[in-house]
Amino acid sequence: MLAEHDRAERLMAIAKAEGLYEEIHLLKEDGTLAGSVDDISPEVMVAMYRHMVFARAFDRKAIALQRQGRIGTYAPFEGQEAAQVASAMALAPEDFVFPSYRDHAATMVLGQSPANVLLYWSGRVEGIRSPEGRHILPPSVPIATHVLHAVGAAWASRHRKEAAVSIAYFGDGATSEGDFHEALNFAGVFHLPVIFFCQNNGYAISVPFSRQSASRTIAQRAIAYDIVGVRVDGNDAFAVYRAVKEARARALHGLGPTLIEAVTFRMGAHTTADDPTRYRDQKAVVEAWQKRDPIARLRLYLESQRLWSDADEAKLQEEVRARVEAAVDEALSIAPPDMEMMFDHVYAEAPWHLAAEREEYRRSREGVSV
Amino acid sequence: MSRMLNLVQAINEALDLKLADDPRVVLLGEDIGKNGGVFRATDGLLEKYGEERVIDTPLAESAIIGTSVGMAVNGLIPVPEIQFLAFIFPALDQLFSHVARMRYRSQGQFPVPMTIRTPYGAGIHGPELHAESVESFFAHTPGLKVVVPSGPYDAKGLLISAIEDPDPVVFLEPTKLYRAFREEVPEGLYRVPIGKAKRVREGEDVSVFAWGSMLRTALKVADALERERGFTCDVIDLRTLYPLDRDAIVESVQKTGRAVVVHEAHKTAGLGAEIVSLINEEALLYLRAPIKRIAGFDVPVPFFALEDEYMPTEARIRAGIEETIMF
Repeated sequence: MLAEHDRAERLMAIAKAEGLYEEIHLLKEDGTLAGSVDDISPEVMVAMYRHMVFARAFDRKAIALQRQGRIGTYAPFEGQEAAQVASAMALAPEDFVFPSYRDHAATMVLGQSPANVLLYWSGRVEGIRSPEGRHILPPSVPIATHVLHAVGAAWASRHRKEAAVSIAYFGDGATSEGDFHEALNFAGVFHLPVIFFCQNNGYAISVPFSRQSASRTIAQRAIAYDIVGVRVDGNDAFAVYRAVKEARARALHGLGPTLIEAVTFRMGAHTTADDPTRYRDQKAVVEAWQKRDPIARLRLYLESQRLWSDADEAKLQEEVRARVEAAVDEALSIAPPDMEMMFDHVYAEAPWHLAAEREEYRRSREGVSV
Repeated sequence: MSRMLNLVQAINEALDLKLADDPRVVLLGEDIGKNGGVFRATDGLLEKYGEERVIDTPLAESAIIGTSVGMAVNGLIPVPEIQFLAFIFPALDQLFSHVARMRYRSQGQFPVPMTIRTPYGAGIHGPELHAESVESFFAHTPGLKVVVPSGPYDAKGLLISAIEDPDPVVFLEPTKLYRAFREEVPEGLYRVPIGKAKRVREGEDVSVFAWGSMLRTALKVADALERERGFTCDVIDLRTLYPLDRDAIVESVQKTGRAVVVHEAHKTAGLGAEIVSLINEEALLYLRAPIKRIAGFDVPVPFFALEDEYMPTEARIRAGIEETIMF
């Protein structure tokens, strides 16, 4: 235990000294390594790749479904697969996860069913139930408010001396909100086991990060709160995975919170209701970031290590197609909701006036008149 | 055994008993630990239960409520204190967007039991923004319950009920009454039910609905009116503002045929409007006079040199009741 503690202390010292301004890289764009990845098993690497390929196919399908009018507005995450998948894979089942509305690649890794994600974007509350055995909170729609929830959940875990951490997923825009700063401050003061996982995807709808803040990086904000800050290449699954693993280890050793800035890019629109050509040269930025694609470089690496082959790829593509289709079939074939469910779960027990409103609604549906 | 306690002592005792009774209960807020709270509501609790359970937080109301949400979804029962009601405004996003909705949007998977305690109301000549009574904000937000005690006995019993409630409760403590008077308060745990009003004075001529510090003022007027003119008021302390005690309100109006609502919050869109509507829906044909609202004026709560005249005075309440009876 002591040796582990020493290791965690060392990690903290390293993290404090580096990585606030420069991105940490492990897997380069050409699929070669920038450092040792001995701590990441081949099985984990292959699993990452499989999750990322699935996530991208799912994301593209969801956009198509929206275009066809089969689901509502959707927030795509293409380009951010490494940040989401690798961070989620570094977590344990007992951890508390507080996602935003763009973090479905992460939640699907943690067991959220793809059909549920489609249901959520079809206006169905059933779509945000946490899978059994996991603690995935409903995605937060207000920006940065859930970062405080992660701090509170971490507080409760520590209160009971449980070996669990909390993680909040949020974007660069969230770091301009007061709740983000209050969360870092509280977590720093009370040394809470929480991971602040920021996907800096370049834009908060139309506003680029340069207009979001004068601070050069998001990771450097950690200095002000005297917590650990790490800036990683968010399209580098290995760097993200290690950063989250280390943050988790520090948290469990009582060394407090970590702010991770995963630098990535939202390749598409903010949502299907958004037109990115209004605020950026979409063609140019997509071309530039395609060179840094998180999936392509991981495949190159896996192939170089003989962990992946064309035959594996063909088989995976077939599996992914089938899984996505199954999710679509499941989500779109669900029975329409019982409208009365709008009255459920407002309180543990409905007060008199809610019961009366439900009854009024029921009578109106039955066409009863006086 | 019971002793004479004031309202703030009764609050302190309820918190003490629940901390002892349930290891999941945690208090957090500004100056609640070493300082015992600016009104001393949490006096002595840090020494008794330690800093893991009685937490002095940094000065950030959104974080106090936001971290309480996280604590609650992970098995604790937080009792956050907001130092004065108006200081809750930075936390309204947390309150409205998450506290009130978490049970609903998680379909019961992540309820957030918590009791948000906060002193409220005018009458102690505090600085600006230390005297608001915006209870209707919370009563307008499905998912919350709103409770206001008007005396030490109810304060203790209602607070224990609130902490044991499976849903979030906004618990408004009238600052004017913290040390205004003492009454018999039993030792040990007891509960005053949420959602139940209390008839504090039996009368035949008019129903008077009030809560918090306005109840005391309304009672004084009722005493004077009986003594001087022989009118009797059926005075109802609502105690819970959401959900309202429909039966208590309707039964009283059916008996008296007249009603006056007294509250210190602004008149327009205040809770009085809701009570008038309820009477309209449930007991209109029993009415023998229009229902009157005696409320705080529709001005920002003024600086304290004017605050006693902003709040409904005995003279205004008396005039309103007399006009209603004599209509």
